[in-house]
Amino acid sequence: MSTSPPAALDIDRIAALARIALTPGEKAAFSAQLGDVLAYIALLKEADVTGVEPTAHAFPVENVWAEDVPQPGLPVAAALGNAPAQHDRMFAVPKVVE
Amino acid sequence: MMSSELFFKPITELAALLESGKTSSVELMRAFVGRTQAVDRRVQAFNSCDESDALAQARASDLRRAAGGAIGPLDGIPVGLKDVIAVAGQPLTASSRMLAGFVSPYDATVTRKLKEAGAICWGRLNLDEFAMGSSTENSATRTTGNPWDLDRVPGGSSGGSAAAVAAGEAPAALGSDTGGSIRQPAALCGVVGLKPTYGRVSRYGLIAFASSLDQIGPFARTVEDAAVALGAIAGHDPLDSTSFRSEVPDYRAELARRRGPWKLGIAREYFAEGLDPEVGAAVEAAIAHYRKLGCEIREVSLPHTKYAVAAYYIIATAECSSNLSRYDGIRYGHRSPAAADALDIYFKSRAEGFGAEVKRRIILGTYVLSSGYYDAYYLRAQKVRTLIRRDFLDAYREVDAILTPTSPTAAFKKGERAADPLAMYLSDIYTIGVNLAGLPGISIPCGFTRGKLPIGLQIIGKPFGEAEMLAIAHAYERDHDWNRQHPDLR
Repeated sequence: MSTSPPAALDIDRIAALARIALTPGEKAAFSAQLGDVLAYIALLKEADVTGVEPTAHAFPVENVWAEDVPQPGLPVAAALGNAPAQHDRMFAVPKVVE
Repeated sequence: MMSSELFFKPITELAALLESGKTSSVELMRAFVGRTQAVDRRVQAFNSCDESDALAQARASDLRRAAGGAIGPLDGIPVGLKDVIAVAGQPLTASSRMLAGFVSPYDATVTRKLKEAGAICWGRLNLDEFAMGSSTENSATRTTGNPWDLDRVPGGSSGGSAAAVAAGEAPAALGSDTGGSIRQPAALCGVVGLKPTYGRVSRYGLIAFASSLDQIGPFARTVEDAAVALGAIAGHDPLDSTSFRSEVPDYRAELARRRGPWKLGIAREYFAEGLDPEVGAAVEAAIAHYRKLGCEIREVSLPHTKYAVAAYYIIATAECSSNLSRYDGIRYGHRSPAAADALDIYFKSRAEGFGAEVKRRIILGTYVLSSGYYDAYYLRAQKVRTLIRRDFLDAYREVDAILTPTSPTAAFKKGERAADPLAMYLSDIYTIGVNLAGLPGISIPCGFTRGKLPIGLQIIGKPFGEAEMLAIAHAYERDHDWNRQHPDLR
């Protein structure tokens, strides 16, 4: 857990986690812009949240169950309709194992 | 009937014309197609529209009516859809290069419900890419103009939906609202925009942005039309586990039944620094009108309002970084032709497919969720969310609804805030708390600036209190003609 002021955002590390290849120009621009946003967000440190429960959903959502009955799914042709590449009724990707 | 007489009529009047046989749905649809062809090159509200499909739906409605089987007030009425709501067999782009060429394999639940009500699904409307923005300038497809001044933004992210209704290209439209994306563009374009209570409307078939905040709602010309449209799309859906199990009232009938007077709250925090004086004066005049109607105006306190934008930009970006991880170039969406291996597909496809604001938000969201920062940012923001929600629920012990400006300013110039994300984020300062608290909110026109730009009044209701909120909005609208003034787009 860290409550100390955040270090500058390590843009290379975060872009790698987010799986986005950023250009040098984007890295410089985002670092500066997000620096401003993080400085603004630091306002939250003023708020007294002692003993306050977090809210994930505005209205508590309990587990919602459905009967365990098979439902029709998308036909194969429809599921593949937007595929960038397909082969033999399957999604095709570059080889992942040597 | 002259087609120009139809563009700005509310749904309720169009329905009466259809019922009496003074016009047909095909004639109506042709009028809106013609209007769109005439003005949309300038307004740029539509990403795509399928005229022949719309006319086929209109013919089906006319046949139904001729056979005595007309369904209700929406039968034969065109309704535009924000381009994040799936319509089977039609394009769905989220105004992103990532989804260029994507065709929906199924209908969203709201689309199915509109079709069941007889409405014509008419066109897919522009937005900020993946609904991230407040001006519709983040669209990868086009820049929408505000029909009142085409050099200004229509607001966002549902800017195409608001502009289409304001420009007479559709009598109503659906949008989605995560931090104000229905109410703020409604205010800036001078139309009615309603964000329902979280859980009131199914989100199945809506492209997800921030799942604990997103909600679909209508744009319309009048409060009564918004009531009709909400009634058509609301209700529990087993396909959305966050949708709420409760009866949907007859919102239109409730308008006549609920007559006040109401206790209405004013929060000092919503009339603070940054509020344009002309906007403030118009909202004060609306409050004075409610007082004249016999309503009791009480001051309420929402002390955690100042934290809302900060909490929102942590929660919304965290959820978006998770939701948008599905765009990996494997099963659908853009795949980079330059990718050499599987991992490379992710990095390059996402780099090429997403625009700058989407990347910025994914980066911020990834950061606030990353190891070491989760507690300081995300968990703290969720706790502040509890405080913001409590502020509203405490206020609702004393009042029936809260009145605020919808947006601190009227429509701003294109490009004015594009280089400064933080300034853009602050455009949503009056709408964001409503999403964090899951409440319903409506924006209705309450005046114009001296430069003839629309101003919006926001009415924030109690959880699942849409009927009361609509009645309060209706009481004001009845005595004013702001919504009968239209932009000059000949």
